[in-house]
Amino acid sequence: MNALLDRLFPTGHTVAFDGHNLSGHAKSSAGRVHVIGTRDRAALTTDMALKLSQAVLDAVRADQASGDPRPIVFIASTQGQALSRHEELLGLNGYFAHMARCVDLARRSGHRLVTLIHGEAVSGGFLAFGLLADRICALPDAQVKVMDLRAMARVTKIAPERLEALAQSSPVFAPGASNYARMGAIHALWSDTDDWPQALQQAITDAGGEDRRAALGRERGGRTLAQPVAERVAGVPLDA
Amino acid sequence: MSRLQRHSWFEADARARIAGLVDADSFRELCGPHERLTSPHLAVLDLPVAFDDGVVVGEATLDGRPVLVGAQQGEFNGGAVGEIHGAKLRGLFERARRTRPAAVLLAIDSGGVRLHEANAGLIAISELMRALLAARADGIPVYGLIGGSCGAFGGMGIVARLCDALVMSEEGRLGLSGPEVIETVKGVDEFDSKDRALVWRVTGGKLRRSLGDATTLVDDDIAAFRDAARSLLARPVPARDLAALDADQFALAQRAARHADARDGLDVWRALGLPDPTAIPMLDAADFNRLLAPLSPTEAA
Repeated sequence: MNALLDRLFPTGHTVAFDGHNLSGHAKSSAGRVHVIGTRDRAALTTDMALKLSQAVLDAVRADQASGDPRPIVFIASTQGQALSRHEELLGLNGYFAHMARCVDLARRSGHRLVTLIHGEAVSGGFLAFGLLADRICALPDAQVKVMDLRAMARVTKIAPERLEALAQSSPVFAPGASNYARMGAIHALWSDTDDWPQALQQAITDAGGEDRRAALGRERGGRTLAQPVAERVAGVPLDA
Repeated sequence: MSRLQRHSWFEADARARIAGLVDADSFRELCGPHERLTSPHLAVLDLPVAFDDGVVVGEATLDGRPVLVGAQQGEFNGGAVGEIHGAKLRGLFERARRTRPAAVLLAIDSGGVRLHEANAGLIAISELMRALLAARADGIPVYGLIGGSCGAFGGMGIVARLCDALVMSEEGRLGLSGPEVIETVKGVDEFDSKDRALVWRVTGGKLRRSLGDATTLVDDDIAAFRDAARSLLARPVPARDLAALDADQFALAQRAARHADARDGLDVWRALGLPDPTAIPMLDAADFNRLLAPLSPTEAA
């Protein structure tokens, strides 16, 4: 993780680790940014969710005082939510919803929100946090999914060979950052040879505004129904 | 009202729930079944499709005030969210931002993402979350209702807790990972999904009301859900500013500390000092609410 941070922020960062959580500040080409996230494919618990939420609230508070809401760079590395009866009893879904509200408050407070997917981003752990940013970029090693194809075959009772064959042409269900990119939910796929500080600056510059992911999915051809159906119910064009 | 006159929310389908929830004959469906918005992703797998893709959305009035309503069909693919299903719900909240109804009512009955179109479903729920939060930020309250056979799990469990208030029946369940998933991955000792009483003590309406996740517990009766929704409509819209989220942060941290060792609703009810915890699952809503009434707002708000 330090190697990643050093490459992203060659002019310096003060990111500290607390178990699977990380938070701190960094210098980017776009100025000083907050860095908040998880590492090592964390299975997100109520405790981790509270630390993430606290870091977002602290960032909003700090910049409210200065009147200069700085960008927040989220690092998403999660295998999904923790699977535990205790966590379910506490209402892990509610801790995730709180996290989502905090991220949304940051957006409304003027912070530009960029997520970098490192390692993997899976299902519920991705949903309440990284997936809510305005700009989402996948690092070269990133895996993004709801479920493995094998497990999906078991649950849906569809032959794995059939799912694998269909996955060649359809981005709709199979794991893969490129599938999410085709569907408009990942804005950019970074390669190893890219200039990451430059790419991050670009992502921060582009971040903001309304949710255009469905429109992007239609443009890229991977998700053609979401936008027109939402518009029909809304009764207005949603591209604005 | 006598029990014989009750119309079960649990047994009703999405359209019957809406019909009983809002003012009589006031519901006007948007993108209804006649438009045949069926999922091409299910069709390509030769699986059954539904003309409404498992969700009903539209406009109505409640006590004469305009509301938008969405209701998931639990009996179609477990109410699971696919591309079209999710887009209809997102569109409902985008519509709310334009038409500014008195509230959006969301009758949730869903296991979360539809695996046959998993990526589209996950993204759709993310878009639904953003649209819901945007409507909220515009000052439009969002109220959730949970009492169907699928409960509210996965991404829809998160969406449920984004609502300003939640009405639940004991039959309704709320969580993130379903008991079957936890049992499959972690083993039967972690969570025995066949032990239905345990499942309800961990996810059911009474436990959720006790912890404050649900605002109101009602009996499994459509009229009771309607009455609860009417009372919510009369409430002021709660703020979601930095101070409010700081307070939520504190309350959630307190909950985690207070119930640090809890693995069963019985542990929670004991910690809350409720008398005779083992009898709680059998209480009707009125008796349960009387039992809970003396608790301070931080314990069950």
